[in-house]
Amino acid sequence: MNKTIALELKNVSKYFGSVAANQHVDLTLYKGEILAVLGENGCGKTTLMNMIAGIYFPDEGKIYVDGEEVVIRSPKDAFRHGIGMIHQHFKLVDVFSASENIVLGVKDGKRFALRNVNKTVKELCGKYGFEIDPAKRIHEMSVSEKQTVEILKVLYRGADILILDEPTAVLTPQETSRLFDILRRMKEDGKAIIIITHKLHEVMAISDRVAVLRKGEHIATVNTQETNETALTEMMVGKKVSLNIARSEPVNPEKRLEVTGLTTVNADGIRVLDNVSFSVSSGEILGIAGIAGSGQRELLEAIAGLQHIDAGSIIYCDPKTGHDVNLRDKTPLQIRDLGVRLSFVPEDRLGMGLVANMNITDNMMLRSYRRGKSVFLDREKPKALAENIIKSLDVVTPGVTTPVRRLSGGNVQKVLVGREISSAPSLLMVAYPVRGLDINSSYTIYNLLNKQKESGVAVVYVGEDLDVLTELCDRIMVICSGRVTGILDGRTAVKEEIGLLMTKHDAGTREQEG
Amino acid sequence: MNLWNGILDYILSAVPLGMTFLYGSTGEILTEKSGHLNLGIPGIMCVGAAGGCAAIQALHPAGTVHPALVVLIAVLAAFLAGGLMGMLYSFLTVTLHANQNVTGLALTTFGVGLMKFIMSKLSSVKYLYALPYFRYPFAESESSLKYCGVLFFFAILLALVCSYVLLKTRVGLHLRAVGENPATADAVGINVFLYKYVATVIGSGIAGLGGLYYIMDYAGSQEAYLSIEAMGWLSIALVIFALWKPHISLIGSAVFGALFIAGAYIPGIRELHVSMSSTPLLKMLPYVFTVLVLIVISIRNKRENQPPGALGVNYYREER
Repeated sequence: MNKTIALELKNVSKYFGSVAANQHVDLTLYKGEILAVLGENGCGKTTLMNMIAGIYFPDEGKIYVDGEEVVIRSPKDAFRHGIGMIHQHFKLVDVFSASENIVLGVKDGKRFALRNVNKTVKELCGKYGFEIDPAKRIHEMSVSEKQTVEILKVLYRGADILILDEPTAVLTPQETSRLFDILRRMKEDGKAIIIITHKLHEVMAISDRVAVLRKGEHIATVNTQETNETALTEMMVGKKVSLNIARSEPVNPEKRLEVTGLTTVNADGIRVLDNVSFSVSSGEILGIAGIAGSGQRELLEAIAGLQHIDAGSIIYCDPKTGHDVNLRDKTPLQIRDLGVRLSFVPEDRLGMGLVANMNITDNMMLRSYRRGKSVFLDREKPKALAENIIKSLDVVTPGVTTPVRRLSGGNVQKVLVGREISSAPSLLMVAYPVRGLDINSSYTIYNLLNKQKESGVAVVYVGEDLDVLTELCDRIMVICSGRVTGILDGRTAVKEEIGLLMTKHDAGTREQEG
Repeated sequence: MNLWNGILDYILSAVPLGMTFLYGSTGEILTEKSGHLNLGIPGIMCVGAAGGCAAIQALHPAGTVHPALVVLIAVLAAFLAGGLMGMLYSFLTVTLHANQNVTGLALTTFGVGLMKFIMSKLSSVKYLYALPYFRYPFAESESSLKYCGVLFFFAILLALVCSYVLLKTRVGLHLRAVGENPATADAVGINVFLYKYVATVIGSGIAGLGGLYYIMDYAGSQEAYLSIEAMGWLSIALVIFALWKPHISLIGSAVFGALFIAGAYIPGIRELHVSMSSTPLLKMLPYVFTVLVLIVISIRNKRENQPPGALGVNYYREER
């Protein structure tokens, strides 16, 4: 078969500080093919694509378009070379019509007339099978229509190389299959398409070849027909790395939290949590594994009383009284007033966990300011607590009066975890506690969690590193698109099994909402 | 005075007065469309008036310069003075990311003070000589158009041109995109900072003309400048009434003009039986009206009638 190369990357690397997002990646894309780029969270897929689309500039390596070396410094440059990227988060002006969004920023030297734009858009729609009304405004559109506008925007500018960043993440199965029909038609038209996805069955269904990335490195590119889902998972998760995290046996486990049939629907009408049921016992760490955005955040927020719940129940078994309390539809304050000792270390440390501009003492007081009878605040106890945390967790800071934003990521996390643990919780929920932390700080956090577990706290740990999950957790619950796809024993679970469950989308079962 | 004559007189005074609001609101709409809420408009109108009057005084004595040239130079000076204020505002908010509200309020305080200082140094004789030039060609006529000078028609023209540019041209589309969603505009290669600067400077220049119009065309008196600040605030309110569209502002300006002078005219029309003592109440009308308009617009909550999406939010370009 005679194939022409549309795009070629040679030895491309990108570093953020000392962290390598991409290292020595080689990639070849042919005209008239669909290449799937597959990998775990944080493996550098999006960074790599952003370098092609001109959002980042590679630190080393070369990019060739149609055999010629090119320098892509901005999205404009990328367009000039016929490269267009459809981002996961749409960049559209809400009050504009489809056509206005499509023509935005185009300087073709022709007289500006929306009528002509509408005509061209309709022609493109007819050619590839889109269905869209060019005069419809974005805020009246469904998610899939908005995506169509994004694709049309790229085609209108004459792109021959299209990059789609997780295009199916927001689509229903029906919309996905319609999108795939359109992509196939573009492929026949000679366009080169890169599609980033986590969903293995979609990779198998749509792609001609698959490039697998792991930890910023290109592992292999294989022909889709010559591979299968198990082989791809193995390439994706890699060999087991031993971390030597201590793990003790749970002592006297008692049921602490029972979640049944939890369902939440977000503003776009998508079920972010779909009939989630599980339980956590005292003295154990329950790990939650899943692709980023599978509903982890919503799950923790639902338990903490920050998320609207559409169905299901959250039962907390109070270890002191032995009574069961339903936490559904309660505010965080009501939950605390019920005597539920729940601590939550959110993913967004400086957004939800701490106030960046306040000092360490004042951040401690966020938890305790309601105590005390006087109209004046008691700063002594929080200050003592802050000093205690700084000492026991080795927080590197000039003092308790330093604003939290001046601390490094690891120290911020220590302050937050320290505060949450200090309230002697019986249920501790942590989301990505070691994200952005160096090895030593990570182990400090693991040890803290283990200590909590040994003292009888039920710990829920949302993580992304499968090696950590399999070494730290007693049980691992895997969620995928808001559904529980399996609960495994942490001591026997293997990464490949978790990886498969993380991408186990059973197509066709989800109905479109709202 | 009979009823109809009184009402006619009222309208013929209200509509030209409204042009002051029209200048202010057209300028503010341009600025707001780029995503910047410029509360400095009252001050900018004041500075525009001072700049224009100072330029006319510089051209004194009359007779040495052609009347049309006097008007033209005054207009340019007012536009330039307003534009300079706009440049200062843009530099602070666009480049230095200063808070828009604080910057705007500071500019208003500054502008009002600066104008009072300049006007106190000017000799009214030396600038009011140009009044007839501004009211040309109707200055001498007894027709009902005697209130309308060249700047009256220029205001209408400007509003229509601005509406056309905003709604029908590529530049307008890009400007609206910058105000709605600067990140999106940036991603498609629109120079967000340039659009913000140009829109704010031109908008401020237009607002500056409003101040000049009020003194030299509408009021034509020494103390007139004292009312400009209040008219500036109402111009900003008019932007909301006009739903960010200069052609609606055309009608709105007449309404605001009528409300603004209701206190002076309504009690004078004897047939309406409104007592003189209600004048202060009538003077509240434009403000009460603004509150009502805000309530109605908020209740209807139609997407197209909302302020630009990124209004009041400074744009930081993401690190690349």
